[in-house]
Amino acid sequence: MTALAVPRVPSRFLPVIATFVVFVLTFGAGSVRYEGFASGQIVANLFIDNAFLVVLAVGMTFVILTGGIDLSVGAVVALATMIAAATLRAGWPAWLTILAVLGTGSVLGLGMGLMIHKLRVQPFIATLAGMFLARGLCFVISEESLSIKDPVFRAVATETIELPGEVTITYSVLIALAVVGIAAYVLHLTRFGRSVYAVGGSESSATLMGLATGRVKVGVYVISGFCSALGGLLFSFYMLSGYSLHAVGLELDAIAAVVVGGTLLSGGVGYVVGSVVGVLVLGTVQTIISFEGTLSSWWTKIVIGVLLLAFIALQRLIVHRQRDL
Amino acid sequence: MNRRLLWPALALVALLVLNLVVTPSFFELRIRDGHLFGSLVDVLRNGAPTVLIALGMTLVIATRGIDLSVGAVAAIAGAVACTHLAGGGDAVTGMVLALLVCAVLGLWNGFLVAVLGIQPIIATLVLMIAGRGVAMLLTEGQIVTVDDDVFRQVGAGFVVLPVAILISLAVLGGVALVTRRTALGMLIESVGVNPEASRLAGVRARTIIWTVYVFAALCAGIAGLMISSNVNAADANNAGLWIEMDAILAVVIGGTLLTGGRYSLLGTLLGALTIQTLTTTVYTIGVPPTATLVFKAAVVIVVCLLQAPRGAPVPRREPEVVGS
Repeated sequence: MTALAVPRVPSRFLPVIATFVVFVLTFGAGSVRYEGFASGQIVANLFIDNAFLVVLAVGMTFVILTGGIDLSVGAVVALATMIAAATLRAGWPAWLTILAVLGTGSVLGLGMGLMIHKLRVQPFIATLAGMFLARGLCFVISEESLSIKDPVFRAVATETIELPGEVTITYSVLIALAVVGIAAYVLHLTRFGRSVYAVGGSESSATLMGLATGRVKVGVYVISGFCSALGGLLFSFYMLSGYSLHAVGLELDAIAAVVVGGTLLSGGVGYVVGSVVGVLVLGTVQTIISFEGTLSSWWTKIVIGVLLLAFIALQRLIVHRQRDL
Repeated sequence: MNRRLLWPALALVALLVLNLVVTPSFFELRIRDGHLFGSLVDVLRNGAPTVLIALGMTLVIATRGIDLSVGAVAAIAGAVACTHLAGGGDAVTGMVLALLVCAVLGLWNGFLVAVLGIQPIIATLVLMIAGRGVAMLLTEGQIVTVDDDVFRQVGAGFVVLPVAILISLAVLGGVALVTRRTALGMLIESVGVNPEASRLAGVRARTIIWTVYVFAALCAGIAGLMISSNVNAADANNAGLWIEMDAILAVVIGGTLLTGGRYSLLGTLLGALTIQTLTTTVYTIGVPPTATLVFKAAVVIVVCLLQAPRGAPVPRREPEVVGS
């Protein structure tokens, strides 16, 4: 991180660093407590099991950085798995299916973005309508779970890549990491990315500066829609089926990951890398609870709630300190 | 009629007329065993929890807040009451206990928002996620079934009209009386318009914010009791699932802006009934149940579009209130 170049770590990096420390601590706690926890494969599994969530969190980061919110991501993931399963069943080639899924996600995002920008509908309400629409379209396609038998999808889903140290990962992990890399590039090294931060910091100032706020506001929802559709494709590799009730409540996990990753919900502050570490923290909590065995799965929810609270409190502390300076 | 109430009222009337055209028997009411029966009564009965939660949500939204945790709170209320009953407890103590727990949860939300100054959407997201876990913990992951005549009255009982809707209307009347006949309503609106200015003007913004979150949690608690009493069971996973979304939609359709300030209780009632009628309509006019959500999305979008240019212009995002 660039923090090495300056003598004191700038406080804007503190949330991300805090998240990383929490990740190391939770992972360390798991390693001390359970034999075989501290292996490269467990880390790789964190990525394999959460590849789709990483992609979703990246899209959500863009939206939250502008001060908006996207509640539709879980439903768009489900819609993506349904479209993939249904079109493959109809005999479409895999590349056409993938294009159709990504296109649908982007168009949905575009629609919500236009509603928010042109018609000034609140992001919360517009994406809620998007959530209903996407979930509803799933049920229109089919009420039953459709399995995916396409050889290309199966191959991507099951093939693994050997890394040194007998660690294996899937192609989904590579895709997710590529998305993170591209997102970080776009946010920090392009005009669009800087505008995202500017709009989140103060929309009226950004407009007065002559930035294309409209394009940015619509753009982030298109990105989020695209990421949700891509996340849906990764999810369908993971589950090898399309189902209307896939990914219920996944939007909450994505928002939680972004917040735990140190992005402020008021917009303007945050990093994609933080969101990725946020996903890893959530994943570690889940892994520890499954290792424990005696703890029931609902403890996951309580722990995530507590983590969320801890990070918000931390953010408040940092914001207060900045004001005092 | 108030212009802000025009669109929700028209939407409701349009839906009712649509129902009348498709199923002429929709408005039929029969009295049997001293109870009213009919589709309209069903709409009222099924809509009672949404009306109640939307009422609490209206006041929260009027202070420029939002409460995402109401569904989880409803689930906890059902879980507390049902585990108490299943353990051989008395129905009334069980319900009082459940509401006390909800009041504590409301205090918690209010503490996060009013004292720590956390954004409402995030502050209540904590309880929305953790709350279902807590409800699961209480019921130990099981669906707790109960059989108690007193408890059943709350959700399924009748005194000519369903008891559930009578409770909701009583709460509506109470809130309308307290907020519109005293200065409380205006104070709530002033906090929503500008918390800092109203604090400087001598309004106890913190206490008011605290009050509305406790009220919202209590409403959610009563709604949770209705939901679990209606099925004689506490289902920690599914009780009140997505009801926060319905409630927020009801408030928005009713013409209250999410940016806080002026609110309309009557609008919320119309909004909640519109949503419930919509759900019922989908079944009666024979839209395939699979398309229900698409239909709902379409109506939400249309209502939002109709309101957008006519309502007050939505203000730009306000700058952060320093030191709130």
